Amino acid sequence: MIQILMQLKNISFTYETSPIINDLSVAIQEQDFIGLIGPNGSGKSTLLKIMGGILEPDSGWVQFKESPIARINKKLFAQSVSWIPQDHPMVFPFKVSEIVLMGRHPYLSPLSFESSEDFEISRRAMETTMTSHFADRYFNEISGGEKQRVMIASALAQNPEMMLLDEPTAALDLKYQVQILKILKDLNTEHKKTLILAMHDLNLASKFCNRLILLDEGKIVRDGSPEQVLEKDILEQVYGIEVDLDCKDGSIRVHPAIRS
Amino acid sequence: MSSRSYVMTLSLFFLLFIITLGVTPLIGPSKISLARAFSDTLSISNNVDANILFQVRLPRILLGALTGAALSVAGAIFQALLRNDLAAPFTLGVSSGAALGAVIAIALSLNFSLPGIPVVSLFSFLGALGAIMLVFSLVKTRHGEFPTGVLLLAGVTANFFFAAMVMFIHYLSDFSQSFRIIRWLMGGLDITNYKTVLSISPMVFLGIFILMFVSRDLNLISTGVHSASSRGVNVSKTQKIGFITASLITGTVVATSGPIAFVGLIVPHTVRLFVGPDLRILIPASMLFGASFLIACDTLARTILSPTEIPVGIITAMIGGPFFVWLLKRKRQV
Repeated sequence: MIQILMQLKNISFTYETSPIINDLSVAIQEQDFIGLIGPNGSGKSTLLKIMGGILEPDSGWVQFKESPIARINKKLFAQSVSWIPQDHPMVFPFKVSEIVLMGRHPYLSPLSFESSEDFEISRRAMETTMTSHFADRYFNEISGGEKQRVMIASALAQNPEMMLLDEPTAALDLKYQVQILKILKDLNTEHKKTLILAMHDLNLASKFCNRLILLDEGKIVRDGSPEQVLEKDILEQVYGIEVDLDCKDGSIRVHPAIRS
Repeated sequence: MSSRSYVMTLSLFFLLFIITLGVTPLIGPSKISLARAFSDTLSISNNVDANILFQVRLPRILLGALTGAALSVAGAIFQALLRNDLAAPFTLGVSSGAALGAVIAIALSLNFSLPGIPVVSLFSFLGALGAIMLVFSLVKTRHGEFPTGVLLLAGVTANFFFAAMVMFIHYLSDFSQSFRIIRWLMGGLDITNYKTVLSISPMVFLGIFILMFVSRDLNLISTGVHSASSRGVNVSKTQKIGFITASLITGTVVATSGPIAFVGLIVPHTVRLFVGPDLRILIPASMLFGASFLIACDTLARTILSPTEIPVGIITAMIGGPFFVWLLKRKRQV
């Protein structure tokens, strides 16, 4: 039986006077690997923050496993759902290992230190994300792709069932984009994590995700398999540009049609 | 962080503090002999050495320790909360806000006192809190980032505004009040006794304990408010606790010692170079190092123009000014 992990019902969110999310409803199933796609400003980041309990919607409700998340203790919720921001400005010279250990915060009480179990869990998270070899380096001194992997390790140390990632491949070169997505795919299939990724690259989304949600102006336009969502007329209407579609190795590829 | 290296590191800082505490009382314009101070043949009233040591130097040194500790911890907290390493009680205008509160209390010759809390301290705390609220409202942005330029401008603005208010009150006050105000504004530890030290200790220690209690939450906030929230930190509650408590300990010591400049900037920076940015160790280490640092500065202030004593605020400002410029320069190079 397919389990519903998270459910959003009639969610609206307004920033100042402009609506960002507009009466949106969706259900997330266990072990989904969802690509959240849509143009800039369509509400992807905001939706992730609402799912992560970081922003409270103005109306509507979010349920995690039958309980409204507003009523779940913040630390308990953080033991089930983790969120990874798009970029990671760091003012202070924290080491990579310290950043990963911060993922254990929801399990620790005030005035306590990490136990050997916490260290062990962080170590495994760094192994999974191939970050162990620079554990002692400063976070500010590693590359963008390495930072993203460290943040995934830190989120993994939370031992969550569900991970929300805001454009994890933005600002990375091709090799790192694929590397990150392979790690995430592995988390999804081997570690049974439910993943939701905000993404811009439709081709990578179609290749890696088993479900795509297309957002436009804070509403869901299409929700389904890549084949169901990536359709020429829908994409042209949402993105406001002509596109060509083809199919290779069983996954759809989208090309903006550039005609002079 | 392993608990063994934690204890080791803090022991070193504690050792430094103990050495400072042991050595500095012996330094000063009049030479004193420990043998004579502790001699049991002289009565206390006739024992000049004991009087200088226990009635003059020791309370002053203890006040210096408390003041240095409080300002340094407050600096470390403001830096983490505002995610900016140039934030400190002095650069944010919190010290001058506290000064304004204290000056108002002095000028109005308010003398009532709440149980255990002198009225000057209360006003000083309110001034500090008002200042941090003003600065926070000026720099608060949608993404929870506090850009350096805006932060410094807000601090300078607050400083000027409070300084103008202080001058205004100063101008209107009579001669004896005026002297008290100007002398107090220079920042000094000289007019003190054990009673003062005892009256401010509970506030300072309670404040530092509260901050230790939320130190790991503050670590996470220092890496970003949204990611802190996603790790189960109640961000707005922790921010409130942090701002209010740091203002409270700043106000408490500023009320007694005057706005001593730059300690809250120099100390957390220096300590961070040795122990890293984790507040669980940065807070106690800054407390111990800040105490030692201000005692050392005050010893310099007592002896550099001996027999004349200069206010310790002048010494810290003369060290802090160039230090601040160096920090700014280094920041621009990064």
